[in-house]
Amino acid sequence: MTQTTPGDLTALMHEVAAMIVTSLNLEMSPAEITPDTQLFGDGLGLDSIDILEVALAVSKHYGFQLRADDEQNTKIFTSLRTLVEHIAANRTK
Amino acid sequence: MSADRYPLLAHDGPERIVAWRPTGPVSAHRFLSDVQRLAELFPAGGNVLNVCQDRYRFMVGFAACIVAGKVSLLPASQTPEAIRRLKEYAADVFCLHDGGSENLDLPKLAFPELPDGAIESSPGIDADRVVAVLFTSGSTGTPTAHIKKWGALAASSRGEAERLDAAGAGYSLVGTVPVQHSYGLESIIMLTLQGRGSLWSGWPFYPADIAAALAAVPRPRLLVTTPVHLRTLLDAGIDLPAVDKLLSATAPLSELLAREAEDRLRAPVHEIYGCTETGQLASRRTVEGPRWSPLPGVRLEQEGDATFALGGNCGVRHALADVIELHDDDTFSLHGRNADMVNIAGKRTSLAYLNHLLTDIPGVADGCFLIPDEANGSSVTRLCAFVVAPTLSPTQLRDALRQRIDPIFLPRPTIFVDRLPRNATGKLPRNDLVALLDRHNRGAE
Repeated sequence: MTQTTPGDLTALMHEVAAMIVTSLNLEMSPAEITPDTQLFGDGLGLDSIDILEVALAVSKHYGFQLRADDEQNTKIFTSLRTLVEHIAANRTK
Repeated sequence: MSADRYPLLAHDGPERIVAWRPTGPVSAHRFLSDVQRLAELFPAGGNVLNVCQDRYRFMVGFAACIVAGKVSLLPASQTPEAIRRLKEYAADVFCLHDGGSENLDLPKLAFPELPDGAIESSPGIDADRVVAVLFTSGSTGTPTAHIKKWGALAASSRGEAERLDAAGAGYSLVGTVPVQHSYGLESIIMLTLQGRGSLWSGWPFYPADIAAALAAVPRPRLLVTTPVHLRTLLDAGIDLPAVDKLLSATAPLSELLAREAEDRLRAPVHEIYGCTETGQLASRRTVEGPRWSPLPGVRLEQEGDATFALGGNCGVRHALADVIELHDDDTFSLHGRNADMVNIAGKRTSLAYLNHLLTDIPGVADGCFLIPDEANGSSVTRLCAFVVAPTLSPTQLRDALRQRIDPIFLPRPTIFVDRLPRNATGKLPRNDLVALLDRHNRGAE
């Protein structure tokens, strides 16, 4: 795995935000999802089916499978930032 | 014909396994001991909301309620509004949980650590005992209660087991659906208790979790799932352990997806047809064609255009909302579902109820939901809504909806309009709404 710089993370934020908007057909532009926007609840209001869709897109783009029995799971989908940090740490491509 | 009593557990020996947990298997005698111990710890209330996430704990809780003479309440959702309605229905309701119930405004009992123990023989339960009440959202906002008696539930699940497991092998069950709704309660919990099955205690979510759960239990394995979960499981393209049978319900499974699943997993895919009111009624192997076979003990009758089910787990004759054609060989075909019914990812409600919730929001002058035509390539249909609410911002409306509506039914998109295309009688023809949505979508591009 390569070292991730803050600049890489910012680029990845844009990429993942765009992926979320595209895979879920959200009525917004990727730029409206800030790093700390909550993905559930009062932020984007995603539900479990959305999470499955995003997880599928993540596995295709970044080459790893998400796991729910991971204690981290609820944290991973807290915000765009937590999701992107998880991707950066686990991606294989 | 029905028996006066059914044993809580149909397993034929105390050493038989009823559940698989990450810590290891649970035998029938340990399960019966856990049930008894938990029942002794229950507070006085006669009604229980069991929100345990761990399936083994849920099953112990469900069975302990039966043994203790309490009723398990299964609401359609856990929104603050649904919990308020639940308390109106049963003021003494308490919540049995294993963490994560902080937002539920109810007295609580945390699932306790239970000591080692063994009880050899299963108690018999009177067939007449009311053991569960399942709720569907009525059209006026008051949830409709559907009372389930032990005898009808047990007989129905024994019929399902007879259909799916004619050899009586006893499946290891891995379920991707909640057990707090009709399908999961019947095809995971009751199929374990009455079909001599053993359940995986986890609730696998991602495709990789499903693979791991299957690997953790012995064959024969039954995967209890839905079209949405099956689609993502196949799309993930991961290696899966051998599966011996798959069960799908909650939404129509396309023959194409069923065939792909059978080819890839080399196991038959069966679908269950039923509704919360009646429970499961029929099954079919999807790739063998459109005809459904009623489960043992179920009969369908027609009067004019209406079809009625007898048997199932409701115990009484019940009018079905679907358009059904009966065939001479006792099979039937489904010709379209009731247009008012909404079913997304296994959660069900009605358009009438959603419309009621929407127009009840202060500031909403008029509004309605629409189920769009199947979107191309997308695995899940999302609702959209039209709203006349000149004083509300989209954010205000969204926040108000969240208080009232299960997230899965939140409209996407919500379209603000000056007025709805009501016709002379005040009705909203679906074609006009679809045209309005088309215009909106074209405008957005």
